Amino acid sequence: MAQIEEVDVEQFKHLVSERALTGETMLLNMGPQHPSTHGVLRLLLELDGETVINCISDIGYLHTGIEKNMEAKTYIKAEVMSDRLDYMNTMGNNLAYVLAVEKLVDLDVPPRAQAIRVILTELQRIASHLVFLGAFGLDLAAMSVFLYCFREREAILDIAELCSGQRMMTTYFRPGGLWRDVPVEFETAVRAFLKMFPKRVDEYEALLTKNPILLDRTVGIGKLDVPTALQHGVTGPPLRASGLNWDLRKARPYSGYEQYDFNIPTRTEGDTFARYIVRIEEFRESLKIVEQALNKLPMGPINSDNRKFVPPPRSELGVSMEALIHHFKLWTEGFPAPKASVYSAVESPRGELGVYLEGDGGPKPHRVHWRTPSFDNLSALEKMSRGHLVADLVAILASIDIVLGDIDR
Amino acid sequence: MDKKLEPIVQALQEKYATSIEEFRDEVHVFVKAENIVDALTLLRDKYDFELLSALTASDYWPQQSPRFHVIYQLSSIARNITVQLRVPVNGDQPKVLTATRVYDVANWRERELLDMFGIEFEGHPDPRRILMPEGTEGHPLRKDFPLGYEEPQFTFNIDEIDLHKPYAKE
Repeated sequence: MAQIEEVDVEQFKHLVSERALTGETMLLNMGPQHPSTHGVLRLLLELDGETVINCISDIGYLHTGIEKNMEAKTYIKAEVMSDRLDYMNTMGNNLAYVLAVEKLVDLDVPPRAQAIRVILTELQRIASHLVFLGAFGLDLAAMSVFLYCFREREAILDIAELCSGQRMMTTYFRPGGLWRDVPVEFETAVRAFLKMFPKRVDEYEALLTKNPILLDRTVGIGKLDVPTALQHGVTGPPLRASGLNWDLRKARPYSGYEQYDFNIPTRTEGDTFARYIVRIEEFRESLKIVEQALNKLPMGPINSDNRKFVPPPRSELGVSMEALIHHFKLWTEGFPAPKASVYSAVESPRGELGVYLEGDGGPKPHRVHWRTPSFDNLSALEKMSRGHLVADLVAILASIDIVLGDIDR
Repeated sequence: MDKKLEPIVQALQEKYATSIEEFRDEVHVFVKAENIVDALTLLRDKYDFELLSALTASDYWPQQSPRFHVIYQLSSIARNITVQLRVPVNGDQPKVLTATRVYDVANWRERELLDMFGIEFEGHPDPRRILMPEGTEGHPLRKDFPLGYEEPQFTFNIDEIDLHKPYAKE
C-alpha cells in the first residue's frame, strides 16, 4: 500500500505568498471529501485569519479517461461515455456529441427529432439548475429548498425515463435523430410539468430571493467582471451575471433554436446573488421554449433515412436483406467518417460545451476533446474568492455550479 | 468562408505566411510554433477574439513530423465568428511558447496538455500535472500509450495486485 504523505509546501511554493512560508498565514486543505465542494474537488487555501488570500484548486480526482476511451469505440458506441461527463446534463452532452458527429459526416436530422431534442435538453437544463439551487441553498444553510428542488427534479427525471428508459444515463439522442420516438404519454407528462412548475419557481423565490440572510451572504460577494471572465474562458450563467449577453442558443442557433421566442437573462453586478438570479430567470425562459416546442411539435420521422449512418428500424429486418446488412454493418463495424476535424458547441446549463471531433477515415474517432464549461469556470475561482471569508468561498463555489465529472473528464 | 473572417485570415496569412484548410465552414489556420503568441495577441487585440474557447491537441503517431497539432479554438463575441489556429510540432518532446500571457485560461489548459500529451509550454508559470496524480509515468492521450485494463482491487487481493500495478510507488 502506498504511504500517506503530508502535503509538501515546496511544490506549492510559487503559488502561495511568502507569508505562508514563514508561518504567518495558514495553509488549509479543503476537500476532496467535503460536503461543500460538490464532489471530489480539493482546494488548498492560504488563510489570514478567516480571509482567503490564495485558493489553489487541485482537480483530477474524478478523472476517468473519457477522451481516451472514446477513441477506442465506434462513433455510435462512444456516445455512452458522454453521459458520464456532466451527469447533471446528460441530454445536453448527448446533444453536443451527436451534433459534432452529424457535422463531421454531414447528416441531416428531421424536424421532429430536433424539436424533441430541444424539449428534452431544456427540461434537463431546468433539472440541472434545480440541483444548483438545492445545493446553493444547502451551502447557505437553507435546507428546505433542497428538498423542494429534488421533488421537482424527480418529475423531469421521470420524463427522461419515459423516453429513454433511464433516469440519468440516457443516451437518447443518436447521430441522425433519436433512439426511438417519444411514447404517447410524453406530451401529457410535459404539459403537467409546465402547469406545475411556474408556481414552484415563485415558491423558491419566496423562500430565497428576499431572504435577508441570503442577501447578506451573497450580495457583493465573489465579484467577477467581464474582462476577467473572458480571460478565464468563463461562459454561461456566470458570464451573463457579469453583464455580457452571450448565449450560443441565440448567437449560433442549433437544433432549430432560432424558431423559438425567448430572452437571455442578464445582470450587471457579477456577484453571487446575480448568478443565482440569472439561473432563476432561466427557469422561466426554458419553460417558454419547452412550451413553444411542444405546441408546434411536428409529426414525421424521428431518424434520418440515410441508412449508411442510421440503423434501420426493427420492423424492416425481417423483410429486407439490405436492412439486415446495414443493421449488421452499423452495429459491428460502425460507419466511417472523413479524415477531418470539426468543433461544435452547445449552450449547456454551465456554459459553452464544445466537442472537438477528429476522424481518421475509419469507424472510430481519432481524437475527441470535450471543452467543458466547468473546467474553465472553476479556473476563475481563485480571483473571485480572494479577500473573502472561507464561508463565502463556499457560496461562491456553489454559485459557479461546477460538476466534477465535467471538469475531470 | 464567412465574409467577416476573410480580412482576418488574410492578415494572418500576410504576416505569418500560414496555410489554410476549410472543412464544413470551419477555417483552420496553420501557424508556426514561434509565431503563435504573436498571432494570438494580434487576434485578441485587433480582431476582438476575446475568448479562447478550447485549447487542445491531437497526436498523429507514428508520424514524427509533425507528430502533434496544438489546436487553439478562438471565438469573437463582438463579431460572432470563430477561427481555429493549428500549430504543428515535431518529435517526442515538443515545445510551444505559452499563451498564458494572452489568455489566463491557457494556464490550466496548457497544464492539461502537458499532462495528457507531454507538450511543454515554454514560460508557463505553473508547469505541474493537472489531472493525473503526481509521479505518473507517460502521457495518457498519446497514441503510443496503451488503453490499459486495470484489475479491480478487493480487500482479499489488494496487496497482491498492488505488487505488479504499473503506477508510481515510493
